[in-house]
Order: sequence, then structure tokens, then C-alpha cells
Amino acid sequence: MINPYPGLPEFEYVKPASLKEASDFLHQHKNSACPFLGGTDVFVRLRDRLSRENYLVDIKRLEGLNNISYDPERGLTIGAAVNMNKVIVSPEINSHYPILVEACRSVASYQLRNRATIAGNICNASPAGDTIGACLLLDAKLSINGVNGKRVVSLQEFFIAPGETILGPGDIVTSIHFPVPRPGTQGKYVKLGRNKLSDLAIVGVTVIGYPNNDLRSGYQIKIALASVAPVPLVVNQVEELLSTSAIDENIISDAAEIAMKVSSPIDDIRASARYRKIMVRNLSQTTLQSVWTELTEHSDNLEQSIKTSRRN
Amino acid sequence: MAIHRIFPTINGELEQVDVPSNMTLLKMLREKMAFTGTKNGCSAGECGACTVLLNNEPVNSCLVLAVECDGADIVTIEGLAQDGKLALVQEAIIKSGGVQCGFCTPGVLINTMALLDRNPNPSDSQIREALVGNLCRCTGYIRIIDSVKKTAQMLKAERSELWQ
Repeated sequence: MINPYPGLPEFEYVKPASLKEASDFLHQHKNSACPFLGGTDVFVRLRDRLSRENYLVDIKRLEGLNNISYDPERGLTIGAAVNMNKVIVSPEINSHYPILVEACRSVASYQLRNRATIAGNICNASPAGDTIGACLLLDAKLSINGVNGKRVVSLQEFFIAPGETILGPGDIVTSIHFPVPRPGTQGKYVKLGRNKLSDLAIVGVTVIGYPNNDLRSGYQIKIALASVAPVPLVVNQVEELLSTSAIDENIISDAAEIAMKVSSPIDDIRASARYRKIMVRNLSQTTLQSVWTELTEHSDNLEQSIKTSRRN
Repeated sequence: MAIHRIFPTINGELEQVDVPSNMTLLKMLREKMAFTGTKNGCSAGECGACTVLLNNEPVNSCLVLAVECDGADIVTIEGLAQDGKLALVQEAIIKSGGVQCGFCTPGVLINTMALLDRNPNPSDSQIREALVGNLCRCTGYIRIIDSVKKTAQMLKAERSELWQ
């Protein structure tokens, strides 16, 4: 008989009182324990019998994991257990890191985002993770608590393969840190799903740009791609091209072509590799173009307001 | 598997429940407490039929462990009507014809209450965005969206009556 509701397999629920206790427990039960925050990925995998754990370690109430703090000189720190809806309504994140808000809003549904976290999205290490592109391009760093104490790791060094990260037994991501954004930063996340809202990404394109007079083009523009490689992909060749050439529509087309060539998608239940490749090109083009337009309009406005203030 | 004794407040009543580690909040509500108004659709956080309020915020109860709810305040569809009188959100969805088979309705209503709590006057697109995680295979959503707008109007009327 088919059981339409298999339920969760057996495991023990463990709620440690401190980070140290949590790391020690996870280290002692290397291959049989898993930390969780909202559980939105972990529970579904357990339910589908894609993973087995003897212990689920609830770390979301641990001290320091639930704060958002912003400092105009040091930047933003988001505790690992802060859910995505809290990120979306944070005034500081809205004014200084709107791309994070945009990325979080594209995730699933309101009720799921009450449980889902950016840290969980990162640690799940799915190439489709919606918030990972924004975090990579914002130069995020992760604070990790392990059995030998704390360390800080750049997100760029974090991913190894689908579902695989540099985290070792006992390691717990406690917070994500973002440096102060560069003045004039513009960003956009374009997500292609099977429907407009709520689905996983078939292709996700994150672009961030800001003026940088040290570069020949005058702008630094970075792009990250979701769901088209074994790990979330930052395409350095695009950044290189857009910093060394005067930017126009043709250069943006060339950049989109590079993004397509660098991507290495697979066929899966949501789309074919061929379709994904073409969508990487098309969406990279529109996303780059849109951020580029905002950057130039923004700098026009900046000049205009300077002129107006001079006239007065 | 260890059994945990927890003390959640469900629809205003403090309860004592013994739950195994792997029991979801959904399973506890339906099978331990017989609050079968909360439905199990996908048990993967996609359909929203199991939506309940956990400390005033809607969550998919299929993706919450019961043991996490010690001391928590939970509201299910059974907690909406008071003394046999339907809540406005329930009246509105009946009047708007937003119920057909009814399977999605409890989740829709819980999520609607949460939406109107944080935004008493939502636009169509805000309603669609808020209810994106509540799948309905019958109505085509138009009448559900109508019922949310109707509820907002009824709440507004009720509030202005209170002021007079």
C-alpha cells in the first residue's frame, strides 16, 4: 500500500543550552547528528528518506543567533536564526542592503519564510539557494563556532559541491556579516520559476554594481548565477569584462554570452540543461542591462542634484 | 525515541501533551488533540493547508516539530469562531463564495488573519503575495481574494462602529 504521508522517521530531538554544548554534541555524533534552524530543508529531506539522522540538534534559541545589528562603519550582522521575514521588514537592511530583501522575498511563501533563514539557505548549499547569490556578491563572511572555538570564513570559500560545504563535525554557522555597501550600489535578483512566485529557481541571476573610478569602465558590476552549476556560481569573467571595457549594450550582450558559456546546468525535474543555458544568457542580459540603467540614471540624478544645488 | 512533555496554549487553552521527538505540530494537532480542521496536503511546506498561527505568526505546521512548541501560543481554525459565532473572516469567505471543497480553507483563513493583522488594507497584489503559499484547486483564487478584501471592509466597519 502506498503511504501518502510517510511522516518523519525516528530521531531524538536535542536542545543544547549553549553553543559549546551544541558543537561538542555534534562533534561527538559526527555521522548521526544534524543541526537545524527552521527545518524547512532538513525535515523535507528526512521525510523523503533522502537523509537519516539519529539526532536533530535545535540551535535556533541559542544566545546571539537571533539578532540583526547594523553599524555604519562595520556593516551588517544577521544572526543565523533570524528568519527571512525579519530580514524583509528590517529598516536597516531595506535602506542599505535592499538586494537581500529582494532575494528573501523570492523564497517560497510568507508562512515558510517565518521559519526559513539565510544561514540555513547557505548551509543547505543547494545551487538553487535564492539568497546565496546576493550574499556572495555582498562579500558575506560567516562566523562559525566549532569545537576549537570561533573562526570567520569568506562565503566564497564555503561551497564544495551540491549540499556539501567546508563545515566539519561540530561546526555551526552563528551569524553572517556584510561589509558596508559601496556608495551608489544597485542590485537586482531575477528568478525564473515554473510560476511567478514561490517555486524553486530554474535559473536565478543576481547582479550588483557600483561606481568605481579606479576602473576603466567606471563601474564594478558582479553577477552570480543560481541553479546552473554544482555550486552557486560567481562569474568573474563578466566582472572583468565590464570593468575593463566601456559599457554599452553590445558589451552587456557579450557579458551575457560569457555567463551562458561558463554555466554548466543539468537536466532535472524543473527544466532541461539546454533551456537553462539559453535562459542564463537572456536573463543575464536583462538583469545586467537593468542594473546598468539604474547605475547611469542614478549617477545622472547625482550630477543633476549637484548642478541644481550649485545654481541655488 | 524520547517522549517530551510540553505545555502549549492551543486556541486559548493551556494544554499538557506528551509527544515523541519526530512528531510534527500538524500530527500532534490532528492525532493527539483531534483538531482535525488543520489539514495535511503535501507535508513539505508547499500547499499551506496545514497553516496555523504559532506565536501570532503563520507557519506550515507540517514543518514544525511539536516539541518545539513548549510554551508556545497556537491558534488553529477551531479557535476562530467564538461562542458559536463565526469570525468575520469566516463569514466573508462564505459570502464571497470562496469555499468549494474546503480543504485549503482553514489555511487560507489563518493566513488571511495574519495578513490583515499586519496590513489592514492590502492591495490585490499584496493579497496574492501573502497567500502564494496556500494552494487551492477549486476556486481559481478570484473569490478567495474577494473574500480577503471583504474581510478587510468588514473589519474596518466593525472598528468604526466601535468608535461611535
